[in-house]
Amino acid sequence: MDISLQAILSQAMLGLNNGAFYALLSLGLAVIFGMLNVVNFAHGAFYMLGAFVALLGYDFLGKWLGDEGVRLSFWAALLVSPLLVGLLGVLIERLMLRRLYQVDHLYGLLLTFGLALILEGLFSNYFNVAGEPYNGKPAVLEGAVNLGFMFFPKYRLFSIVLSLAVCFAVWFLIERTRLGSYLRAGTENPDVTRAFGIDVPLLRTLTYFLGVALAGLAGVVAAPIYSVSPKMGSDLIIIVFAVVVIGGMGSIMGAILTGLALGLLEGVVKVFYPPLANTVIFIVMALVLLWRPAGLFGKEA
Amino acid sequence: MHAPFKPLLLSVALAMPGVAWAGPVSGDVVKIGILTDMSGVYAGLSGKGSVLAAQMAVADFGGKVLGKPIEIISADHQNKPDIGAAKAREWFDTQGVDMINDLVNSGVGIAVQKIGAEKHRITINNGAGSIALTNKECSAYGVHYAYDTYALAKGTATALVKQGADSWFFLQADYAFGQALQGDAAKIVTSLGGKVTGTVKHPLATTDFSSYLLQAQGSGAKVIGLANAGGDFVNSVKQAKEFGLTQTLVGLLVFDSDVKALGLAAAQGMTFTTAYSWDINSDTRAFGNKFLAKAGSMPTMVHAGVYSSTMHYLNAIKAAGTDTPEAVMKKMRELPINDFFAKGGKLREDGRMVHDMYLVQVKKPSESRSVWDQLKLLATIPGDMAFKPLSASECALIKK
Repeated sequence: MDISLQAILSQAMLGLNNGAFYALLSLGLAVIFGMLNVVNFAHGAFYMLGAFVALLGYDFLGKWLGDEGVRLSFWAALLVSPLLVGLLGVLIERLMLRRLYQVDHLYGLLLTFGLALILEGLFSNYFNVAGEPYNGKPAVLEGAVNLGFMFFPKYRLFSIVLSLAVCFAVWFLIERTRLGSYLRAGTENPDVTRAFGIDVPLLRTLTYFLGVALAGLAGVVAAPIYSVSPKMGSDLIIIVFAVVVIGGMGSIMGAILTGLALGLLEGVVKVFYPPLANTVIFIVMALVLLWRPAGLFGKEA
Repeated sequence: MHAPFKPLLLSVALAMPGVAWAGPVSGDVVKIGILTDMSGVYAGLSGKGSVLAAQMAVADFGGKVLGKPIEIISADHQNKPDIGAAKAREWFDTQGVDMINDLVNSGVGIAVQKIGAEKHRITINNGAGSIALTNKECSAYGVHYAYDTYALAKGTATALVKQGADSWFFLQADYAFGQALQGDAAKIVTSLGGKVTGTVKHPLATTDFSSYLLQAQGSGAKVIGLANAGGDFVNSVKQAKEFGLTQTLVGLLVFDSDVKALGLAAAQGMTFTTAYSWDINSDTRAFGNKFLAKAGSMPTMVHAGVYSSTMHYLNAIKAAGTDTPEAVMKKMRELPINDFFAKGGKLREDGRMVHDMYLVQVKKPSESRSVWDQLKLLATIPGDMAFKPLSASECALIKK
């Protein structure tokens, strides 16, 4: 086998890119599971919604407002899209999800799974299933930079940096700030937390907002790379769940590190034996669960 | 006692023909089933549009044949051969369906054609691509209408190799359809003196193609042949552009809907083979615009094929004076097809409908005047050049 160092480095770079992306997506899932005990099957659908907000904002906002020149820029979409998707999450949490905290978390899973099907069905009805192109990629991020061993698209470099920065910010928020300590206290012992005069239901709503907004953000980041299609969420959600399970359900650091590591692993496997690349994550999952049923960073129940 | 007995006898006598002598149309209605993908990856290029195309054909035919009504029913096979086969059985056995059309997805297409052969009912494949339908799996009741993997690969690969693009690397969807398409294209490339430097297989519905593309880039081939379809095709082209690949990218199965999804900026200059595109001549434009007004999008070659083949089927019933499948198949083979889809099209013994194919190129954004103005015609490939010749067919029905 003649595999050059250059090939390994390039694939590792691509792996890092995918890994950062997995980390961003699984982070939202981990936050929601860790704080609310909800297995959020609608995560892929929120990710898809995030991409669609960016697409619609760029292509159709002008038409709706009657002024063709008006467009939601990519930079604006990075803020607006997570916000809108997050607000939908707030509605869902207030109207439906909060009624299920008291019962087995299978019910939350079923509810969010149903929501995912409905959202996907709605978008499949109105949009081409093959997907639509997102043309709002900013001109600054066009082109590639020479890394010495490969030409790497600027946009992908940007998406790595952004994903890692957001991951760090969320970890910092939850593990190192006062708000984060309230959030964690609210999960571990809601009654005591309430006794301290903290509004636990509001905290829960905020948590779901945060998790869902992260999915929406990932959708905007993905839009310029992949086609925006109703199926994009369901294609990815299985891998993201595997990442969360390996990292330990609910562990923030676990989700981030496992996402990165698995992306890298996948990239390197592609150099040596491509057909294995899509399976390797699940092999790792099986091995990890045999060895540590709670996941790499999970707390034993 | 004589008087009341007479009408009874009369009514029995009148009822008899219904049993003993079935009229020209079985069940007094011609029922056409559109079995397609309503919700999956191929729903955009077939799906609801195919049902609409069949309904348009029935309306244009006049709604009745031999004085009997024509009915269209439809179902979703979910891209699963077992579901498609069960539906086809149900339709033939209990719903009185006379013919099944569309059948996107080769797996479903082959399964349903087998059931048609067993039950002596006509099946028309428009969406499925595999050439096996008229070769190893051919049937006396099966029609393969719009296109097949051989014709797609032949048209595109021949044109490119002639232009000097003689070394190819393939990116192939790892399932039956991708293998057939890659296999056919590779054979044609090597038969014309070109060479294949390698192939990389990717799983169906991959989102990230970057590493496969880097391998293709490293191969040094002049052309990267994409033996995949739909979303896989769209993503691979997009990402190839992102990584600045300088090789010529060639889509072996491209639908108008894919070009729309890619956008002209990314797809410009790409050459491919198609059975229909709305902007080829005044007839194709007339159908395209009529379809656009009803569906909100231009028809794909599958939609156009469903319309044309449904029309041909109804014309054959009319000419045969009955809807008996054997008589209708005979007429479908005798009558030439002359409509917007095919000029002088002919249904061969092995089930292949032979017609001209088109070599087209995606326009530059600056050349496009409207949202559907996407393709320019490079060449018309005559039917006998486009399709695998009958002499090379492996179909058991052919007497050699």
